[in-house]
Amino acid sequence: MELTTVWFALIAILWMGYFALEGFDFGVGMLLPVLGRTDRERRVLINTIGPVWDGNEVWLLVAGGATFAAFPEWYATLFSGFYLPLLLILVALIVRGLAFEYRHKREDAQWKRRWDAVLFFGSLVPALLWGVAFANILRGVPIDADLEYTGGFFNLLTPYALLGGAMTLLLFLTHGAMFIALKTDGSIRYAARTLAVKLGVVAAVVAVAFLGWTQLKTGDAASALAFLVAALALVGGIAAAAAGREGWAFLGTFVAIAVGVAGLFLALFPDVMPSTLAGGTSLTTTNAAATAYTLKIMTVVAAIFTPLVLAYQAWTYWVFRKRIAVHHIPETVLAAGPR
Amino acid sequence: MDPLDIARWQFGITTVYHFMFVPISIGLSAMVAYYETRWLRSRDTAYLRLTRFFGKLFLINFAIGVVTGIVQEFQFGMNWSDYSRFVGDVFGAPLAIEGLLAFFLESTFLGLWIFGWDRLPGRLHAGCMWLVHLGTLFSAWFILAANSWMQHPVGFAFNPDTGRAEMNDFAAVMFNKVQLVTFPHVVLAAYMTAAAFVVGIAFWHLRRQSDPASEDAGMWRKAVRGGAAFVLVTGLGVVVVGDFQGKVMTEVQPMKMAAAEALYETEQPAPFSVFTIGTPDGKTEKFSLTVPNLLSFLATGDFDGEVKGINELREQYQETYGEDPGAAYYSAGDYTPYVPVTYWSFRFMMGLGFAAMAVALWLLWATRRGRIPGGRLLYTAVLLLPFMPLLANSAGWIFTEMGRQPWAVFGLMTTASAVSPGVSATEMLISLITLTLLYGVLAVIEVRLLLTAITTGVEPITGVDDLPKVRTDADDDQPLAFAY
Ligand code: HDD
Ligand code: HEM
Ligand code: HEM
Repeated sequence: MELTTVWFALIAILWMGYFALEGFDFGVGMLLPVLGRTDRERRVLINTIGPVWDGNEVWLLVAGGATFAAFPEWYATLFSGFYLPLLLILVALIVRGLAFEYRHKREDAQWKRRWDAVLFFGSLVPALLWGVAFANILRGVPIDADLEYTGGFFNLLTPYALLGGAMTLLLFLTHGAMFIALKTDGSIRYAARTLAVKLGVVAAVVAVAFLGWTQLKTGDAASALAFLVAALALVGGIAAAAAGREGWAFLGTFVAIAVGVAGLFLALFPDVMPSTLAGGTSLTTTNAAATAYTLKIMTVVAAIFTPLVLAYQAWTYWVFRKRIAVHHIPETVLAAGPR
Repeated sequence: MDPLDIARWQFGITTVYHFMFVPISIGLSAMVAYYETRWLRSRDTAYLRLTRFFGKLFLINFAIGVVTGIVQEFQFGMNWSDYSRFVGDVFGAPLAIEGLLAFFLESTFLGLWIFGWDRLPGRLHAGCMWLVHLGTLFSAWFILAANSWMQHPVGFAFNPDTGRAEMNDFAAVMFNKVQLVTFPHVVLAAYMTAAAFVVGIAFWHLRRQSDPASEDAGMWRKAVRGGAAFVLVTGLGVVVVGDFQGKVMTEVQPMKMAAAEALYETEQPAPFSVFTIGTPDGKTEKFSLTVPNLLSFLATGDFDGEVKGINELREQYQETYGEDPGAAYYSAGDYTPYVPVTYWSFRFMMGLGFAAMAVALWLLWATRRGRIPGGRLLYTAVLLLPFMPLLANSAGWIFTEMGRQPWAVFGLMTTASAVSPGVSATEMLISLITLTLLYGVLAVIEVRLLLTAITTGVEPITGVDDLPKVRTDADDDQPLAFAY
């Protein structure tokens, strides 16, 4: 296989990991006001993702860095082109990241309520906008012969793109509810399970609409297969949740999101950012790529370190595998360490 | 304002801001890991209490370091897209490797450390913090390699067909001679900054103790004296490495050294001016305090060495770079950076560093053999101590980066041709204003939280129940040791 194809695949994997992992973080953040009625309940929810959210977010940073290194032209056009949506995502990620660490630092109801709002919106905005951004990449945007995006902001808000945003939003909500059902105990667990089924049905309808539309526009046999697997996994996950099998249910949405993203990348290939302009140039895995030498170096590094990263991240999930319930939440949280 | 100015302001503001938290993250992770290891070795609870106390401050600081870093990673593409196209082949690799090696390590093991007090046995728990520290060092290595390449591009060839710099020697990029002096300089400066932070806070507490023989006084003394010694040692290291760095810099960017000194005419031997009162452009001096031959030594290692002046270098640069090579990444022009900034930032960096070392030395003397000094002057100086290396860092970066101007990549691409051509001034302005306001608000929140955590002090350890203990299945219904 060409190294450029390998790196296209690796970047796809990074995005799959990012959405499948931070997807449930976003879901938990958005469900805070729904499933957490008391402060203690909200703390239960936050603590399900407390130890892992930052590690999950690094998938995004590595996806960004890998795009910069392997496809500099793609990185340059994408990030300067989708300027304002990205700025919004950045602001959301900044305030959201602080909310985890700062919310519990003061025993003050108003302080906490504010950070809860930050967590909610800081999760909602990226959950929506990532879908919009990816839909635009798939649909194609005006890129001129100098590889510059010439579209502006409102050009990004087409019905297709908004449907993509709605899909990621709903999928992440469902995924978050599945995760909460798996990681908590007591009334929250059962409320989350019921909610996951309801949300899942809506998400499935929207996902089928968006993925079907994508398939008709740019899909091929491989992407069709991936979309089919994703849809089956989602439906299976919902059924498992309805049957009270939380582990299988979570696995269902996890696979649905990861394989769904894989399908999107398959539908995109070999373009990385198609142009809709008559005289424009589409960015492809070849014309956007770095040189073979750089790709080779990066491949060696990735081959050595990716397994290591996966191993210790998996170990973290193992260390914190126990369910959390309201009675696990300590009164005071000011000390780093016992009490 | 045109997009170039806005993008530069945004880069300067966001990066200097990011680097307010970075040195403390680098240095304090090592100090917390050290305290925890001391506790495990000696079972002296003073060290456990210090671990918890400074651990808490570390987390407040680290959080903001992480979120401001995200902006750094993406603004290359957003505001500097032509730069990204041009250098991505070389520059992207260290950035991507940084994510894979450093950020995963930091974030994952920090999560384990925060929540793992009752899940991991002591040594493993302390090991997590050491790994976080290792992650910060990896992070510093790779990002500084990227920056050193901009100061002194090596290991690449310019490809006129693609119009890009293409890497052909990864090892040369990783072990660039600028990188080899920059990494120790920056990391030692980070240690110095964190140590000064610890000393300032611990001394404030020490002075508050009514009984100098109490357990608390003993604990704070440990932190004060250990920290002050660390400030001195690392400060010395920074100075020694800085001296090497000056020579490397004179070799690869002679204009930066001339601008650091506001030296317009070539001199041999050249004096070092400690400070100057003159016109803002530095062209005429009204009063100047100078040390003979010192600049010659800083720049060349020889007290009688020749140091080239700005005027001669400008002509030399115009000869070398004046002809546009057709790639249009730079055009002929004036190759002088803005001298007042380079002159003063260089002096602030060194001056603040020496001042910090002097305060640390004074403090060590004043606290010898169990003394708790009472004087106001020392007290004020020690409370100011944390800010000295902190601001020296900012000054150092402002010097390094502004002294490189007008180049973004030295000798290859000017800053003016690096900016995104497709982004409007309005969009950039929205971004600049949003981020600046947001960062301002975050600074207020962060400082308040730090002050609260600092003044609350350290919780006492009253019995075995307060010591870390690994949960067993029998404890399943007990509250967690730590939760957000
Ligand atoms: C000498 C060290 C150094 C320098 C020059 C920079 N950083 Fe930094 N950065 C760190 C040292 C560091 C760190 C110590 O690793 C941080 C600080 C606090 C932290 O959480 O990690 C960090 C955090 C951090 C993060 C968040 C990582 C996470 O989520 O865990 C990103 C994406 C960046 N940085 C990116 C950058 C970029 C693109 C820079 C260049 C303009 C930059 N940093 C300058
Ligand atoms: C964290 C420490 C750093 C600080 C405080 C810092 C500071 C600055 C400042 C003040 C400028 C503005 C100079 C000017 O506009 O005249 C600048 C420019 C720049 N720096 Fe850095 N820098 C840091 C690290 C880095 C690193 C690690 C990189 C690359 C990996 C980098 C890349 C750049 C680029 C591309 C510019 C050009 C934009 C411009 O001129 O404004 N910087 N930096
Ligand atoms: C006498 C003492 C010092 C000397 C001779 C010295 C020398 C230098 C030189 C020559 C540079 C520019 C390197 C380049 O652009 O190629 C530099 C940069 C820098 N200095 Fe210092 N320095 C001293 C003290 C300090 C102190 C006390 C700190 C902070 C605690 C500090 C922090 C920095 C930083 C952060 C940079 C920018 C990054 C870099 O290029 O290394 N320096 N220093």
